[in-house]
Amino acid sequence: MAEKLDKGWVEIDGDECKGCGLCVEACVPKVLKLGEGLNRYGYHAAEYEGHGCSGCGLCFYVCPEPGAIRVYKRLRAAA
Amino acid sequence: MSDGGLDPVPEGMEILHEKAAAFYGRYERKAELQHQTHYCPGCGHGVAHKLLARAIDELGVQDRAVLVSPVGCSVFAYYYFDVGNVQVAHGRAPAVATGIKRARPEAVVVSYQGDGDLAAIGTAEILHAANRGEPITVIFINNAIYGMTGGQLAPTTPVGAVSTTSPYGRSIWNEGYPLHVVETLASLEAPVYLERVALGNAKQVMQAAKAIRRGLENQVKGLGFSLIEVLSPCPTIWNETPVEAQKRVREELAKIYPLGVVRDKTSDAPMRPARKAAPALSELPKLLEIEENGVRAAAKADSSVDWRIKVAGFGGQGVLMLGEVLAEAGLDAGLEISWLPSYGPEMRSGTSNCQVRLSGKPVDSPLVSKPNVLIALNEPSLRKFLHEVVPGGYVLYNGAAVPEDCRRDDVRVIAGEFARIADELGSSKAGNIVALGALLEAADVVGGEFADQALEKLVKRPGWLALDRKALQAGREVVQKERRHDNE
Repeated sequence: MAEKLDKGWVEIDGDECKGCGLCVEACVPKVLKLGEGLNRYGYHAAEYEGHGCSGCGLCFYVCPEPGAIRVYKRLRAAA
Repeated sequence: MSDGGLDPVPEGMEILHEKAAAFYGRYERKAELQHQTHYCPGCGHGVAHKLLARAIDELGVQDRAVLVSPVGCSVFAYYYFDVGNVQVAHGRAPAVATGIKRARPEAVVVSYQGDGDLAAIGTAEILHAANRGEPITVIFINNAIYGMTGGQLAPTTPVGAVSTTSPYGRSIWNEGYPLHVVETLASLEAPVYLERVALGNAKQVMQAAKAIRRGLENQVKGLGFSLIEVLSPCPTIWNETPVEAQKRVREELAKIYPLGVVRDKTSDAPMRPARKAAPALSELPKLLEIEENGVRAAAKADSSVDWRIKVAGFGGQGVLMLGEVLAEAGLDAGLEISWLPSYGPEMRSGTSNCQVRLSGKPVDSPLVSKPNVLIALNEPSLRKFLHEVVPGGYVLYNGAAVPEDCRRDDVRVIAGEFARIADELGSSKAGNIVALGALLEAADVVGGEFADQALEKLVKRPGWLALDRKALQAGREVVQKERRHDNE
């Protein structure tokens, strides 16, 4: 693969997310956005664009929901 | 394109951040929505909860952490944190946290409070807990408003800010200035760590994470009182989007309330001596000197016994002590007792009194409004209470004779110069016990052996005990002499 591997990955629980947008605001590489559609509770839940995450974890820190965001980081050995 | 994060995690990734173990997996507050908190989108409580839960995880104290939840939006914190939980009355969290920490010194006790709770109704509790240097950790969420009740002015509301109770804006002439909690507490000697942080952007949140961890770590290390004030957004009541509210925290609140460490004595704080754990429940009867079944060993009392005793005199004449001896003796005699002192400005000069009941049945009220025994150690007391004594009752008066206008034929009057007799024995202060001796001789209130036991228990100094025993006997002699005189 010629493409450089992402350092991180974000998983968002679209049911727990209340669409406050603080993660979108905090995201340094700007790879999070609020979804166009509404989740079943009526919120525009945040979404990861699927590439470009740096694994900094700031989205996790600013998110008010305990388990809405999970951040992954690439293992050093694998990188 | 992610669909709510359902894409498979790429290979070679490890979890960096996820839900803290200190949170429950699901929240059983209601039947529905058990997977999310009750907080509004963008609420600072959620963030502060996560930082606290993470600190609990990192320090490995989940099994001994006790969270004291307040009144306010975070009232339900106990539904989220999988730790020991107590939810308390408005503003009282530091007092309850104090009790928990003292009873369980090994616990890591966190008092989590908002600004309405801590800085308004709970001002006394936080001030004194801080001043006592209680080794607890306080997380103080300051969003400058009453959130849960719909936006009333808080002590922390900025000047000029409109709230439901300051519709023209907060005026310094009407509501005063915003209350600076950490600076106020920094005027006290005892607090070990005081820091103000904010949730205004990711950088500030990271600093808040450090501060909250620090506050908890101080307690784990056995240092004293730590409080972290967290400037926190309330998008709903501020009527702003979460992003706008976050900006207001950063640009407005953090200007009124400067961020930073206000007190750090962690490196030179004296180590607190370890507090002894509270005794086990099973040890209490022994400590209280009562029998295993909770009742003192005593003869079964006659259920018809019903002494309603009023003792009155000048403050300093031993009025309350006399009542105590009677009550203690009654207890040993197996009676139900009550002892109700009347304090007040009368304690110094004027008449002071106490009311004692000794009864064969449970005491319904400790008040004695119709005494069958009045011990009046001075004339004002006699004048004040003589009319209350029921016919057939006893009146003991500290004086050679009752005044002419205080005569009553329907009660038994024993007049004697109790204080003078005691003075001759060594101290006029034992006059109360002379009066007691006279009472015990005149009426079968309680057995002499019980009175002696009670004196032994209550009078700590041997010299006084000897004097009181002589005084008790001298009191008896006053009545015996009178009796002989009547028989002659």
